[in-house]
Amino acid sequence: MDILVDNFDLFVAGFFRSLEIIAYTLVGCLVLGSLLAMMRVSPVPPLQRFASGYVGIVRNSPLTVMLFVTAFVLPELGFNAPFFWLGVLGLTLYTAGFVCEAVRSGINSVPPGQAEAARSVGLTFGQTLGEVVMPQALRSVVPPLGSVIIAMMKNSAVVGVFGVGGDLLSVGTRLTSAQGFAITWVLIGVWLGYLAITLPTGALLAAIERKVAIVR
Amino acid sequence: MTARRPILGVAALSAAALVLAACGGGDGDAAAEDTAAAGGDTAATEDAAGGEETAAAGGAGDFAEGTTMAELAEAGTIRVGTKFDQPLFGLANLEGTPEGFDVEIAKIIAEGLGISEDNIEWTETPSAIREEVLETDQVDMVVATYTINDERRERITFAGPYYEAGQTLMVRAGEESEITGPDSLSDESIRVCSVEGSTPSENIREYLASDDQLTLFGTYGECVDSLRNNQVDVVTTDNVILLGFVSESPEEFAIAGETFTEEPYGVGIEKGDVEFCEFINETLAAAEEAGTYVEAWNSTAGAIEGSEEPVLPEPDPCS
Repeated sequence: MDILVDNFDLFVAGFFRSLEIIAYTLVGCLVLGSLLAMMRVSPVPPLQRFASGYVGIVRNSPLTVMLFVTAFVLPELGFNAPFFWLGVLGLTLYTAGFVCEAVRSGINSVPPGQAEAARSVGLTFGQTLGEVVMPQALRSVVPPLGSVIIAMMKNSAVVGVFGVGGDLLSVGTRLTSAQGFAITWVLIGVWLGYLAITLPTGALLAAIERKVAIVR
Repeated sequence: MTARRPILGVAALSAAALVLAACGGGDGDAAAEDTAAAGGDTAATEDAAGGEETAAAGGAGDFAEGTTMAELAEAGTIRVGTKFDQPLFGLANLEGTPEGFDVEIAKIIAEGLGISEDNIEWTETPSAIREEVLETDQVDMVVATYTINDERRERITFAGPYYEAGQTLMVRAGEESEITGPDSLSDESIRVCSVEGSTPSENIREYLASDDQLTLFGTYGECVDSLRNNQVDVVTTDNVILLGFVSESPEEFAIAGETFTEEPYGVGIEKGDVEFCEFINETLAAAEEAGTYVEAWNSTAGAIEGSEEPVLPEPDPCS
C-alpha cells in the first residue's frame, strides 16, 4: 500500500503518458478507420479491394507483430521516427482495421432504401454518404465502436513495451524489477490506472448511446 | 505432487494440498529454530565440513538435518532460476539448456551439494520475477546477473557476490570520442537505451537531463538494433554484456569510457536461510581455490576479448 503512496507521482506520470498514447491513437484510428469504411462501401473497385485487403491483414495479425514491424522494420527500411510515434503509428494502423469494420457494420445497418432514395433525388455518392447514410450509421455504431476504443486503450499497454517507455505498465515494471518492490501492490496501482481511463470512457459511451440511439 | 494428482480425487487433492502446505511451513519453522538453537559453534563445524566436501568434489555431505543443503542433497536435484536471454551469463542454447557464467556458478554450487549438472532443473527467471520465484518456492536459488541491493535484500537473502560487474556505455564505433562517459549524457539530444526494469536503467537516470532521453526495451538485443538504426545513441548496461556485443561486431560498436558503478552479482535464496547462504559462500571460496571458479569464467564470459579474469569478491555477511 505504501508503494502506491510513495510512488504516486510516478503512477501519475505513467497515467498521463498512457493517456498521451491513447489520445493520438484515438484521433488517428477514427480518421483512418472511417476513411477505410467509406472506401469499402464506395463504388470504386480498387478502393474497395484495398480497404478489404487492409482489414483482412490487420484483423488477422497479432498486435505485437504489427508493433515489431513499425518499431524495427520501418527504421530498417529508412522510415525513422522516435519510438513514441512509431508505437502510436502501429497502434493506429492496427485499431483502424477494427474501427473500419465497426463503422461498416453501422453503414450496413442503414436500410438500403435510404441510399436509393438519396440517389434518386440526384445526390452524388459523397452527398449520399455524408448527408444521409453516415449520420445514421454513426449513431448505431456507438456500441461496437466503443468496444474497439476500449480495447485500444488497453492495447496501449503493449505499445509501452516497444521503447515508448514511461507509460503505466512500464512504471510497474520499473518499480518491481529494478527497485524490487512486491508485485501485488504495484500491479494493483497499474490496474487502477487503466480502470481510471477505461471506466469513464465506458460511461461516456453509454451516455452518448442513450442520447443518439435511433429507435427503429 | 504432480505425479500424485491423477490418483487423488478432487476433494482429496485440496485436502492434501492443505496438509502439504502446513507441513512445508512447519519444516521451515523447525529449520529456523534449529539454526537459532544450534548457535555459532555447530554452524561453524558444518560449514567446515561443507567446504571440505566441495574441495573433494564429493557426493552428498553430512549436512545437518533440516537444512536446505540436507534436503537438496537428499532429493538429489536442485531447481535453479537463471536468465535464458543474457549472452555470456545465462543464454538458452538451441536445445533449451542455458549456458554461461551464471550457469557455471550454479553448477559449482550444485556440485558442492553432490548434485550432478544433469540433475539441475533450470527455470527461466527474467528480472521481473526473480524475487517472486524465491518467495513462492518455485526455485531453490536464483543465479541471474542479480545485482545485490538493499531493496531486494528485504525480500530475499543474497549469497556472494560471486562477481563484480560495472555499468558502462556502448556507442557506434567512432563516436566514443564524443560520448566519453555518463557525464556526456546531460545533452538532451542524446538518446540512451537500456532494459526495462534493470538496475542500469535506474542508475543512468541521474545522469540524464530528462527521462524522455531514455528508451527501454525487454532485451538488450532490441537496444542494439536501435543503436544500429540510429534511433538511440548509447546502450548502457554492465560491461561484460556490452563487451559481448562489441566482440560480435567490432566495426559497428565501441565501449565509451570507464565503468561508473559497481554491480555485485549475488546468488538469490530464500529470505533468512543463513546456513545455505554460508554454504554457498564457502563453496565459492573452495571453487576459487581449486581453480574451478576461474575455469568457469574462462569457458564463458572470459572468452570475450577485453574481459578481465575476475577475483572472487569478499562475501557479504549472510543475513
